[in-house]
Amino acid sequence: MTISLRRPYDDVVIAAPVTIPYVRYSIESAQWWIGRALSALVAQAGIKASDIDGLCVSSFTMGTDSGIGLTQHFGICVRWLDTIPLGGASAIAALRKAARAVQARDADIVACVAGDTNHVDSFRLTLENFSRFNQDAVYPYGAGGANASFALIARNYMRTFGVTREDVGRIAVAQRANALRNPHALMKAPLTMEQYLSARPISDPIHLFDCVMPCAGAEAFLVMRDETAASLGLSAARLLSTIERHNAFADDPMQVRGGWAMDVGELYAMAGVKPEDLDIVQTYDDYPVITMMQFEDLGFCNKGEGAEFVRQHDLTIDGDFPHNTSGGQLSVGQAGAAGAYLGLVEGLRQVLGIAGPTQVRNASLALASGFGMINYDRGLASGAAILAGPSR
Amino acid sequence: MQSKGLLELASAISSGAVRVVDLTFTLSPDFPVIVLPPEFGQAAPVRIQEISRYDGRGPAWYWNNVTFGEHTGTHFDAPIHWFTGKNLPNNAVDTMPAKDMIAPACVIDCSVQAAQDPDFLLTVPIVEAWEARHGRIPQRNWVLLRTDWSKKGWRDYSNLGDDGAHTPGPNPAVMKWLVEERGVIGFGTETIGTDAGQAGHFEPPYPAHHFLHGAGRYGLQCLCNLDQLPATGVVIVASPLKIQNGSGSPLRVIALVSST
Amino acid sequence: MIEPIKPSRRKNPLLRTRLPASPPRPRSRMSHGFTRAAAEGRFMLQRCEACGAFAYPAREACPSCLSAGLAFVDAPRRGVLLAETTARVPSDVYFRERAPWRIGLIKMDCGPTIVAHLHADCAEGAAVRMSLQLDKSGQAVAFAHPEAETPNMADDRQWREMTADPKFRRALVTNGRSVIGQEAVAALKAAGAKTVFVGIAEPWRPFAGEERLRGQDGIEIVTLDAADEKSATDVAADIGGKVDILVNTTEYVRPGGLLDRRGTSIARDEIDQAYLGFINLAQAFGPAMRTRGADGINSSAAWVNILSVYALANWPAFGAYSASQAACLSLSHCLRAELRPGGVRVMNLFTGPADTEWFQTVPPPKVAPRVIAQAIVSGLRNGLEEMYVGDVAEEIRQRLAANPKALERELDR
Ligand SMILES: [Zn+2]
Repeated sequence: MTISLRRPYDDVVIAAPVTIPYVRYSIESAQWWIGRALSALVAQAGIKASDIDGLCVSSFTMGTDSGIGLTQHFGICVRWLDTIPLGGASAIAALRKAARAVQARDADIVACVAGDTNHVDSFRLTLENFSRFNQDAVYPYGAGGANASFALIARNYMRTFGVTREDVGRIAVAQRANALRNPHALMKAPLTMEQYLSARPISDPIHLFDCVMPCAGAEAFLVMRDETAASLGLSAARLLSTIERHNAFADDPMQVRGGWAMDVGELYAMAGVKPEDLDIVQTYDDYPVITMMQFEDLGFCNKGEGAEFVRQHDLTIDGDFPHNTSGGQLSVGQAGAAGAYLGLVEGLRQVLGIAGPTQVRNASLALASGFGMINYDRGLASGAAILAGPSR
Repeated sequence: MQSKGLLELASAISSGAVRVVDLTFTLSPDFPVIVLPPEFGQAAPVRIQEISRYDGRGPAWYWNNVTFGEHTGTHFDAPIHWFTGKNLPNNAVDTMPAKDMIAPACVIDCSVQAAQDPDFLLTVPIVEAWEARHGRIPQRNWVLLRTDWSKKGWRDYSNLGDDGAHTPGPNPAVMKWLVEERGVIGFGTETIGTDAGQAGHFEPPYPAHHFLHGAGRYGLQCLCNLDQLPATGVVIVASPLKIQNGSGSPLRVIALVSST
Repeated sequence: MIEPIKPSRRKNPLLRTRLPASPPRPRSRMSHGFTRAAAEGRFMLQRCEACGAFAYPAREACPSCLSAGLAFVDAPRRGVLLAETTARVPSDVYFRERAPWRIGLIKMDCGPTIVAHLHADCAEGAAVRMSLQLDKSGQAVAFAHPEAETPNMADDRQWREMTADPKFRRALVTNGRSVIGQEAVAALKAAGAKTVFVGIAEPWRPFAGEERLRGQDGIEIVTLDAADEKSATDVAADIGGKVDILVNTTEYVRPGGLLDRRGTSIARDEIDQAYLGFINLAQAFGPAMRTRGADGINSSAAWVNILSVYALANWPAFGAYSASQAACLSLSHCLRAELRPGGVRVMNLFTGPADTEWFQTVPPPKVAPRVIAQAIVSGLRNGLEEMYVGDVAEEIRQRLAANPKALERELDR
């Protein structure tokens, strides 16, 4: 079976990047956080809630609610609705679906929202109830959660390609430097390589600064057509291309590449750009070693050259390869499903030129990626999108 | 007897002029029972199961369910217990005459002989020698065989060997003689059973059971405190539970002894 | 290389006894195919009946051909450890208390990759031998062993969580009057049990083999009549806090079924001894065992029942006895559920007629008491839940699985 070429996104644009500042623990519900994000979307776009006619929601902690319950809860009447439970790939997946919806005029303005709360016990409960394979065949083995699963992947990857902890640490240290410029980042202290290397082990070779901090927060953006944005007077970014893939390379005994590697050619071909054209890159950084894998799979270097790539580049805001400019999940925090949105929303701010203290000068072309759902022994979902700002 | 005499008895008991001796072992699960070859039906051991003890099962009261075989602990044998007494009238514990439950007793002390020989047997000459000292055994008296067996630990008390139990008891001749010539109302022992441990090999087997019950007389076993009784001048109160068609029952055996 | 474990010191009375915690318990229904295998010490995986592919974790459809015909079958145990990690700060209380905890990902020679608990002597890149074990919540987990024997292998810290090894533990054999009981005492001693308490009912009754128990080092005779509530309670008051493994060797076998017996007195004895005795033991010893499931090297670990295989299918020649055993089997499942929060496993040994007096006229093959005793130790060492000891028991099991009606008809002869 041949894969047919996909239709371009034509006039689809993204606007109104919203971040509800994170807190470590919240006594509010996920619905509260999602409500704040919707409210901020409406305020930022200068629209009424009733103008939203499409809704796409992701959350781990909504309990028995899904998108449909939220329509009544928030008093919005939509003609297009989706709930996306893809963890770290949720933002890219939401964007893709919303884009086609507005392109086909099934909807005019789609609000894409992700939000999660973090009660004192909710992280553990999320780990326990993550998936059937996880429940049957992973969690009962030391209950290390994602840390242990990614530790296995990291250990194999690092051994296979001769990657040291210091190589991986460059990514975390650079992101912390970025985070110090983001007032909303939960991590406020500088991180040196020495501190990174001497951190306490969590699940070897994963150490403390390889891990994200679970927290509460929400992120959102609007998807619409160019004409709608223009009529609202909204500054918006064009969607050039996207990819999405699930359960790729199932025959690899251990994960050394993500689904991006299957589709990366199409990602750039559809956008009509090359990796070196990108001004900023926002990878999904649940663990820095996964970011290193993305540098390879997203075409910035060859497989096995990720370590060398990070040695050769400065990943900070002012560096030659600005990456995870907000500080990423590693330094801002991981607000559940909102973690999937963090990079995409920051990338959108960057190409719209409204990133403030983390703004990369003249950024107009951004790549954001997602990765998620370590259902059993590997992350199953991957996706990426390329956005272009109005200046391009 | 005038009622005056009865009241005098009561006041004599109250004043201590008449001593009351308890001849009964505590009924408990660990008390040895008769051992029969396992292919026969077995006496159910004593089981005491708490119903409640001032707790959630009954907040203000304590009580037990108790189960046991008819022939456990200090117990009474009725004539119906043995085949020789099976056709007699009023041969069960519920139909036996109530007046048979109170009767005088003669106590024959063979503790010295039994200490020397666990298979010691009571014989007619021994009883005749006793009569020479204490007088002829009157009709309708209990004869109680004192062996001090009740003072032993349970293992020696049962004294089981690979050829059966070795405990003292009467020989066939003395049982026939006591029943027919002396008209005893019953025969009592300290051991498990009115018969000797090896009595299954006697002719007839189990002569105490054979002759006593065949003549409508009774048995008492697993008695204790016989050493506190004089040879004569004892009245036994032995009233078994009124079990329908029962062959015997555990019971409280009381001896009344004149202190003077 | 494993350091041999040391016998526990006397308890510090100032320290609170650590309460048991359970590892994560939820599993899918399909996943209990592994529970069944682990209960018997088998290593089974799902294999597609259509395409022959092995699959893991438990699935509802074959990932190679979508067939629903995924049967659990005995599978090759060999694999290679691809990667390992040591969880140091697990989110779950059970593992947090036992951290660091080592796990790994194994590529099985037969195809699937399996996340497993690791024996300390497993090395990355080296071959491993897999087994399925029941963890402290009674659920099946995969366990990787080094391919070859290593020194002090059974003393591995993570392995001991999966087993009820008698080494340094204290056991109670509830009935020492029987040959099976006496062989059990000897086998437990030989397996390194620190103390074996042995229950003797009606101590005034002499019994064969008494000299094997009296005055032996590490063997303590206690007066215990399991069928007597008070006796069980009294013994538990003395030693209940020291019984780490309880081996219920109650044995009360009488021939006969219903119509050829008169009345219920024998049946009462059977129920009294086997069923009520079980209840008395459980009520007397169970609560302390459940509390002491995480009490160090000599934590409470297991309850063993020796049951007739005719608990599973009535043998009319010993019909009422079979029923008493069925009652005990049912009760054992209740006990298993109730001891589970303490991490105490309940192991049932099913045996055919043993070579004892009450099966004297039953033709061979019969199970030697020593074989039963060895099976107890082996089952404890391997953390099993169900064992079929001897040819008769194994055959009954297979016939029952094949056709219960055929077995019922054929047992009637
Ligand atoms: Zn198949």
